[in-house]
Amino acid sequence: MNNTQNTKGTLVTGVIGEDVHIVGIRSVEYALRQAGFNIVSLGIQVSQEEFINAAVETNADAILVSSLGGHSKIWVAGLREKCEEAGLDHVLLYLGGKLIIGETNWEDSEQLFKEMGVDRVYPPDIKLAKVIEDLENDCKRKGEAS
Amino acid sequence: MGLTIAVDFGSTYTKVAAVDFAKEELVGVSQSPRTVDSDMTIVLHKALENLRVKLGLERLEPERFVACSSAAGGLKVVAAGLVRILTTKAAEEAALGAGAKLIGTYAYGLSPHDVQEIEKISPDMILLAGGTDGGNKECLIHNAELLARSTLNVPIIVAGNRIASQEARTVLERSGKEPIVVDNVMPELEQLNVEPTRNVIRETFMKRIVHAKGLDKAQALVGEIIVPTPTAVLNGARLLAEGTEEESGMGELMVVDVGGATTDVDSIGLGRLTGDAILKGLQEPYLKRTVEGDLGIRWNAETILEKAGTKKFLDRIAELDASLTGRIDPEAAVKYLASHVDYTSKNDDDFCIDTCLASVAVDIGMSRHCGRIVEAYYPSGKVQFQYGKDLTNIKCLIGTGGIFAYGREPRQVLEAGCYNINEPESLRPLNPDYYIDESYILWAVGLLSELFPSAALRIMKKHLKKV
Repeated sequence: MNNTQNTKGTLVTGVIGEDVHIVGIRSVEYALRQAGFNIVSLGIQVSQEEFINAAVETNADAILVSSLGGHSKIWVAGLREKCEEAGLDHVLLYLGGKLIIGETNWEDSEQLFKEMGVDRVYPPDIKLAKVIEDLENDCKRKGEAS
Repeated sequence: MGLTIAVDFGSTYTKVAAVDFAKEELVGVSQSPRTVDSDMTIVLHKALENLRVKLGLERLEPERFVACSSAAGGLKVVAAGLVRILTTKAAEEAALGAGAKLIGTYAYGLSPHDVQEIEKISPDMILLAGGTDGGNKECLIHNAELLARSTLNVPIIVAGNRIASQEARTVLERSGKEPIVVDNVMPELEQLNVEPTRNVIRETFMKRIVHAKGLDKAQALVGEIIVPTPTAVLNGARLLAEGTEEESGMGELMVVDVGGATTDVDSIGLGRLTGDAILKGLQEPYLKRTVEGDLGIRWNAETILEKAGTKKFLDRIAELDASLTGRIDPEAAVKYLASHVDYTSKNDDDFCIDTCLASVAVDIGMSRHCGRIVEAYYPSGKVQFQYGKDLTNIKCLIGTGGIFAYGREPRQVLEAGCYNINEPESLRPLNPDYYIDESYILWAVGLLSELFPSAALRIMKKHLKKV
């Protein structure tokens, strides 16, 4: 990681699809910056292509997708496949927020998104310390593997 | 009387404009076509002689010269970046804003075949971008390695990822190439930093390219050729927009330059959001230039007719002059023009065809330059995104070039570039004032702005005609 040597990794963040709920991802970005990550923030209503282009150009370690509208299934489907097409098979995909409307079993939801190729899936009440810990471990493991 | 003479060494004409700074007056303009033997000094002497005769002077005694050049095909640049709509586009913006003619653009890494192609099209300069600072390094280094092994022997400007740029420099220097490293054109994602690259392109143009284009002899006569002609136009437009400390400018504006081989559009303005759309994509430059190489009203006359469609073209003719309906055969007319590229209009039919061609060129050129609104339909309703510059509030649209100086319907041509009810998503000027550069001197004013900006600005204002 050339001139971001002093960071723990480069993360592309954004709210996917039609969603405009900015507050959640902003808090997450703040915490991750404090924790020593380099954040490339794309804001709201980000398309899959924008996530991918940003990750290619910034050589990102992970893409963090926020989705609070309850339609995550529509917006996230196909993202992993597009990453692979763009040569980003090594990039970690994280997803968090209010993913599905209605009372659903969390484990089922998590399973659904993992099958779509998402590496980590988080419910709305996740502690940020846990996300940071996962990112640190995953980025480190990734660094060792490459 | 001390005259300052601005010279434009063009591909087809060499133009001269004489200014008396003491009186703040344009004394006269003249031009001479380039001959086959193409010695630039001979053409320049002819243009000066024409001017002398026109002014009725016994001798022309210029105090100083300033010059620009678009000779020998202009400043031909190949640009390469990583993602097409990010660093590749940033590299294109930098090159165009420096007055270059883009003859090739490559995204996502060069292939050996691409390099062969570049060797064949023989650019004057290559611009390599790719990767934000802290971002991708591989693309830039890969491209530098391929170019290092090529037969190309032209300056290579490296304006990508900060660390990769240093490595690229080493790789290129080792093979005896001439790399020039400059700040990244996109240091952070979607953040444009084109000025350092534009400056280096201009410096390299002055130091290297003028020499390579055989303009040395001309340079001995007129001193340094400071910029490519499109940059002179852009500088003139900027002066006119911003003004100087003692002379006020006209505010944000656009200039459209319709030529025989290209149609250029410049906008001087921030192009910020005016509606409530969400802004997307790469940041846009305040000084933005686009060049449409397929919209010259001579070389591309046939392409323009094809793009408009014969029926629309005939409708337009009928609108302009009903008496010409049925008399003009657009297809034959454009075919003639494309094979007689230095033809100038002589009768009603010619002028009408030229107005139609220029209108279509301005319509398409402005549409490509200005930003647009894209609508998306989501479960919750409609959302609007804005890509590019919002130029709807531009209050001043200026036409420069032969069609505006000598054509008959300049206002109609300019109106074709504005808001159009059939293309509401295009963020073109809604209701600007229309002006023409009636003496065709905006390029000269751009050059003169380096000497006496306020006086140059006042001269330009005198020769802007509201239409």
